[in-house]
Amino acid sequence: MAELMQDRVEKLKDLDVFVYHGKIYIPNTYTAGAVGSRFLIEIRDNKKIMGTRCSTCDVVYVPARSVCKHCFSQLDKWVEVSDKGTLLTYTVAGQSNGVQPVDPPIIYGIVQLDGASTGMVHMLSEVDFEKLAIGMRVRAVFAEKRVGSILDIKYFAPL
Amino acid sequence: MAERVGIVAVAQTKYSPNRADANEGELVYEAVKQVLQETGLKFAQDGTGIDATVTCSQDFWDGRTISSCNVMSYVGHHHSDEDKVAEDSLNAVYTAFARILSGHQDVVLVATHCKESQGDKRGIENAAMDPIFLRVLGLDFLSAAALQARRYMYKYGITPYQCARVVVKNRGNAKRNPFAQEPLDLTVEDVLGSQVLASPIRRLDAKPTSDGACAMILATERKAKKLCQKPIWIEGVSNCYETHYLGDRDLAECDALVKAAKKAYKMADITDARKQVNVAEISEEYSYQELLWMEGLGLCGRGEAGKIIDSGMTQLGGQLPVNPSGGMLSGNPTVVAGMTRIAEGVLQLRGEAGERQVTGAKRALAHGFTGVCGQLQGVMILGKA
Repeated sequence: MAELMQDRVEKLKDLDVFVYHGKIYIPNTYTAGAVGSRFLIEIRDNKKIMGTRCSTCDVVYVPARSVCKHCFSQLDKWVEVSDKGTLLTYTVAGQSNGVQPVDPPIIYGIVQLDGASTGMVHMLSEVDFEKLAIGMRVRAVFAEKRVGSILDIKYFAPL
Repeated sequence: MAERVGIVAVAQTKYSPNRADANEGELVYEAVKQVLQETGLKFAQDGTGIDATVTCSQDFWDGRTISSCNVMSYVGHHHSDEDKVAEDSLNAVYTAFARILSGHQDVVLVATHCKESQGDKRGIENAAMDPIFLRVLGLDFLSAAALQARRYMYKYGITPYQCARVVVKNRGNAKRNPFAQEPLDLTVEDVLGSQVLASPIRRLDAKPTSDGACAMILATERKAKKLCQKPIWIEGVSNCYETHYLGDRDLAECDALVKAAKKAYKMADITDARKQVNVAEISEEYSYQELLWMEGLGLCGRGEAGKIIDSGMTQLGGQLPVNPSGGMLSGNPTVVAGMTRIAEGVLQLRGEAGERQVTGAKRALAHGFTGVCGQLQGVMILGKA
C-alpha cells in the first residue's frame, strides 16, 4: 500500500517550483446487476447474445437493459439476437492509453446485431484496415476461455 | 417577473500548455483577482458584496476528491457559501444564474480551473466510461470521438477537407486573441498531413493539452447596472443529456444539443438563431464537432455545416462568425472551455474583443459540453440590450 501511493518529488529545472508525482490507490467493485449479469452469463455459458425488449416502444436493447430509456418501464422480456450484424461506424485507434486490453492499433466499432435496435460497442479484428467499411457484415468471435466479461466476445470479424 | 441576471465582469488567464509555476488556487486567483478589481467588490455576507461562489473543477483532473478544496482560499469561500459544479463550467454559470433568480442572493462569483498538464487525459476519460461494457474495451474520448466523426461524416457527406478548414479558421483566429494558447498559420494540407491519432481524427483535428482558469461575476439587474457600465444579460440557458452507452445513440445526431438549444432559444425569444445570433462560441475539442454542433444548434440545416464552412460564412467578417477566439482547438482546458465561450461572448457584446471583435454584435451564443461524444450539452444566449 505505501509503495502504491509513494510520491516522487521533482524540482523543475528552469523554475523554482517542486512537482510531486503522486498516485491514488482506489480499488473498487462494480456490480453488473441482475440483468447485466444474465446477459454476461448467456455469453459465457451458451455463446448467446441476449437483449431485453420494450414492447411499448418496440425497442430491443443489446446489451440487455433493465429499464427502457424512452418510456421508463421495467424490461423483463428477454430475446436472443443474432451473433451477426452490420458495422455502423469504426475507427483505427493508434494511440496507446495504458488501459487497452490489447496492443494498439485497435479497431473499435459499433455493430448493430440482427434483431437488435441498438448498437454494440466492441473491437474488430481479422480485417485489413483498408477493407473496413460502414455497412460491412460482421460476426462475433467468442473467446475460448470465458469468464463473464464483455471480452468473452473476443472481437467482431468480417462474415 | 423576476429581474434579469447580468454578467458584470469576466477574466481569463492566458491559456498555456503547462503552468507548472502555479498550483490550481494560484492559477484561478489570477482570474478572480481581476474581476474583483474591476468591480471593486469584496466577499461579504451582509448584502454589500459577493454573496456566494460557484466553482467548477473536476475531481479526476485535480487528482483528488472534492477538488474545490484546491481553490477554497482563492475564490472567497472561506466561511462563505459555495457550490461546486463538475463537468463543463457553462453549467456553473447556469447554477449561479439560478441562485440569483432564487431571490436570496444578488451577486455571485463563478470561477473555474483545470490543469490538463497534470493529469492522464486518456486514463481519466477511460474512467468516465461504463465500467462493465465500455471501460474494459480501453475506449477513451478520442477513440469514441473518432467513432462519432466517422458516423457523422458518412451519414451527411462531410469531408476531412471540411473538418480541416475548421482547424485552419480557428487556429488562424487565435492570432487575434491575446488569451489563446496556440495560434497557428496552417493550411488544409498541414492538417490532412498530420499524424492520424484515431481515424479519421488527426493530430491537428484535436486540441492541445491546456492549463487555464476563468472567472466572472453575475448580479441582479439592479446591482448589475450599478456595478458595471455595460452589463451583459443572460437571455436564455439550458442543458440536456444524451444517453451514455454509445451504441444506444446514432452518433451522427446530437439530439440533446437540439433540445438544449430549443429551450435556450425559447427563453431568449429567438425564432431563427442563424439570423438572430451575431457571434457563436462553440466548444470543439475535435474539428468535426464545430460542424456537428452547429447543426445541432440549428445554425444551419442537418448536413449543411460542411457547405457553410466552405462558404466562409463562419469566418471573422462572415455573416455568422464562429469561434473568433480560436475556440477550444487553439487550446482551452476541458471543464473551463464553456466559461471561456461565455467570457468571449461577453467581450464581443461589450465591444471589447480587440482584433477579434465582430462588428456590431448584439447577441452571442455560448456552447459547452462534457463527456463522451458530447453527452451533456449546454447552451447560453447573451444579449446587450
